[in-house]
Amino acid sequence: MSDRERWEKETYGPFRERAPERRVPFETLSGLPVAPLYGPEDLADWSYAEKLGQPGEYPFTRGVYPTMFRGRLWTMRMFAGFGRPDDTNARFKYLLEQGQTGLSTAFDMPALMGYDADHPRARGEVGKEGVSISTLADFERLFADIPLGEVTTSMTINCTASIALAMYLALADKQGVSWDRLGGTMQNDMLKEFIAQKEWICPPEPAVRIVVDMIDFTARHVPRFNPVSISGYHIREAGSTAVQELAFTLADGLGYVEASLARGLDVDAFAPRLSFFFDIHNDFFEEIAKLRAARRMWARFMKERYGAKKPESMRLRTHTQTAGVSATAQQPLNNVARVALQALAAVLGGAQSLHTNSYDETWALPTEDAVTVALRTQQIVAEETGVPLTIDPMGGSYYLEALTDRMEAAAMEYIERIDALGGMIRAIDTGFPQKEIADAAYRYQLMEDRRDKVVVGVNKYAMKEDKGIHYLRIDPAVELEQIAEVKRFKALRDMAKVERRLKQLADACRTSQNVMPVLVDAVKDYASLGEIADVYRQVFGLYREPIIF
Amino acid sequence: MSERPASGERKVRVVVAKPGLDGHDRGAKIVARALRDAGFEVIYTGLHQTPEQIVATAVQEDADAIGLSVLSGAHDYLFRRVLELLGEKGAEDVVVFGGGIIPPEDVAALKAIGVKELFGPGTTTQDIVTFVRDNVRAPV
Repeated sequence: MSDRERWEKETYGPFRERAPERRVPFETLSGLPVAPLYGPEDLADWSYAEKLGQPGEYPFTRGVYPTMFRGRLWTMRMFAGFGRPDDTNARFKYLLEQGQTGLSTAFDMPALMGYDADHPRARGEVGKEGVSISTLADFERLFADIPLGEVTTSMTINCTASIALAMYLALADKQGVSWDRLGGTMQNDMLKEFIAQKEWICPPEPAVRIVVDMIDFTARHVPRFNPVSISGYHIREAGSTAVQELAFTLADGLGYVEASLARGLDVDAFAPRLSFFFDIHNDFFEEIAKLRAARRMWARFMKERYGAKKPESMRLRTHTQTAGVSATAQQPLNNVARVALQALAAVLGGAQSLHTNSYDETWALPTEDAVTVALRTQQIVAEETGVPLTIDPMGGSYYLEALTDRMEAAAMEYIERIDALGGMIRAIDTGFPQKEIADAAYRYQLMEDRRDKVVVGVNKYAMKEDKGIHYLRIDPAVELEQIAEVKRFKALRDMAKVERRLKQLADACRTSQNVMPVLVDAVKDYASLGEIADVYRQVFGLYREPIIF
Repeated sequence: MSERPASGERKVRVVVAKPGLDGHDRGAKIVARALRDAGFEVIYTGLHQTPEQIVATAVQEDADAIGLSVLSGAHDYLFRRVLELLGEKGAEDVVVFGGGIIPPEDVAALKAIGVKELFGPGTTTQDIVTFVRDNVRAPV
């Protein structure tokens, strides 16, 4: 009998007989069972060298850099964007003044879906959920007085990411900043669009072709830019479990690697610039384990499946964001506490970059005050808690390591199913990941409805009335002004030049020519985002989703 | 094709729709499924629908209610437009309800123009099922 078994028999068991444990489900937020105790027995065949390795070394479980936060803190990157480009430019400058270290751009729905502000389908949406962008003129205002060589910029944009990148490069040329000095990240993860965030123009095959154009182009010409941020965030927010988030995200990543290799690229030429983005939800240990499992699994895939040689190709660098879905509209200040704990999990999980949500986001886009508290939360974790003083302080926790192994095994099962379907594009065609996520979301909702999952302030500790909060309102005049501005500007363009550029783009789309150089020229001649997206629509056709609910 | 229970009254028919460009469909799908599980006939439109498409679907399907989900902040324009178009088609009797990230002031304004109910974050599926049961009738 092991000492653990002896303890269970002599101490734990009899005690529990007299004083029963709480009648709650002992399982993680995603439904993995949680034992009363973890010890050396749970890591029986476990080897430090194989499972963890040293920080900055394969398989990178303990962190992707040798010094981690002793060297440099994670990037505090608050997602911001609303209204006209000038409104967001002011918020960018405010955040930089407050000590933020990187920019992160939120675009409005028309920009994200490939419509200019003056398109009929944009009505009611201009500047509402992000900044309105139609032409390079808007980009010039968005980044006015911000030297692109001195900041890094993340852009959350996908089916129109190629256009946004072209605008950023064109703007760098105008500022006289050479492309090799530009740092930043395009989200540009189309596979997760089809399974979770649902912003698309054309079907998966051509969508991935454009992503690969960007991977290829940035590897050659914009070497410090991450051309894609392979995102679990939206998968989780759409209702997946942590294991599904881990599995589908890595499977999406494998999809881009396969597509890039099929293009003839060398794995070590592009893999170092693939970046990731994970959600950080409420279950503290599950989220830390998820990030550690993700690093280890990615490193193994890159080394063993694709034969990567460079350590940089095996390194999973990730942005993180606290879970929007965990925020409650009821008792909204409670969200400050949730965000703080999630932020701590992200840091203990070894994230490279973090966005902390604002407590008022269940009502509207965040106010400046709410954003400030969210940013300060990160600064408190960074500079008051002592957590970043040593590398991977959670490493070696029996529970955490057992959970990491368990999540890895469960995620591998999903990845094997996707492999068997022929990869992620084929899996999307069958609706497999979409159905898995919809089912998980429904199960989760029913658990909340039945109070099997406690939501503090909502299904437990609810209060009769909630004091209202002050929230941000976008003046309806913003839309009308922006539409007028875009129309006025478009009328000033040399349309013959624009038409010629759009024709060149259509030709590039029809052949295997990389679209990026053509796009940079096109946006410099002020071809608009909507006009370029129209070319994609015409050449590649529209995507129609399978209806799954 | 409607199923006709013994009473001769057909099932209540609800169109669940995602108007505008917003892709957040977690809530809409959960509501569609919960209403279906509660015995209603549910038509889910899928994403990125124009108000015109939604109203055309509702008229064509002879819907008794439309549930709209908007999380992109474009609710004001999109809900109004759906109500206007229903009026133009003489389908004012279709009950319009919805949900999403909708600030209180806008909730009041939308209710004033005829949106029957708006559900925010934290709503249970049972709340919505009960609302439809209590407020939507199928024609006899």
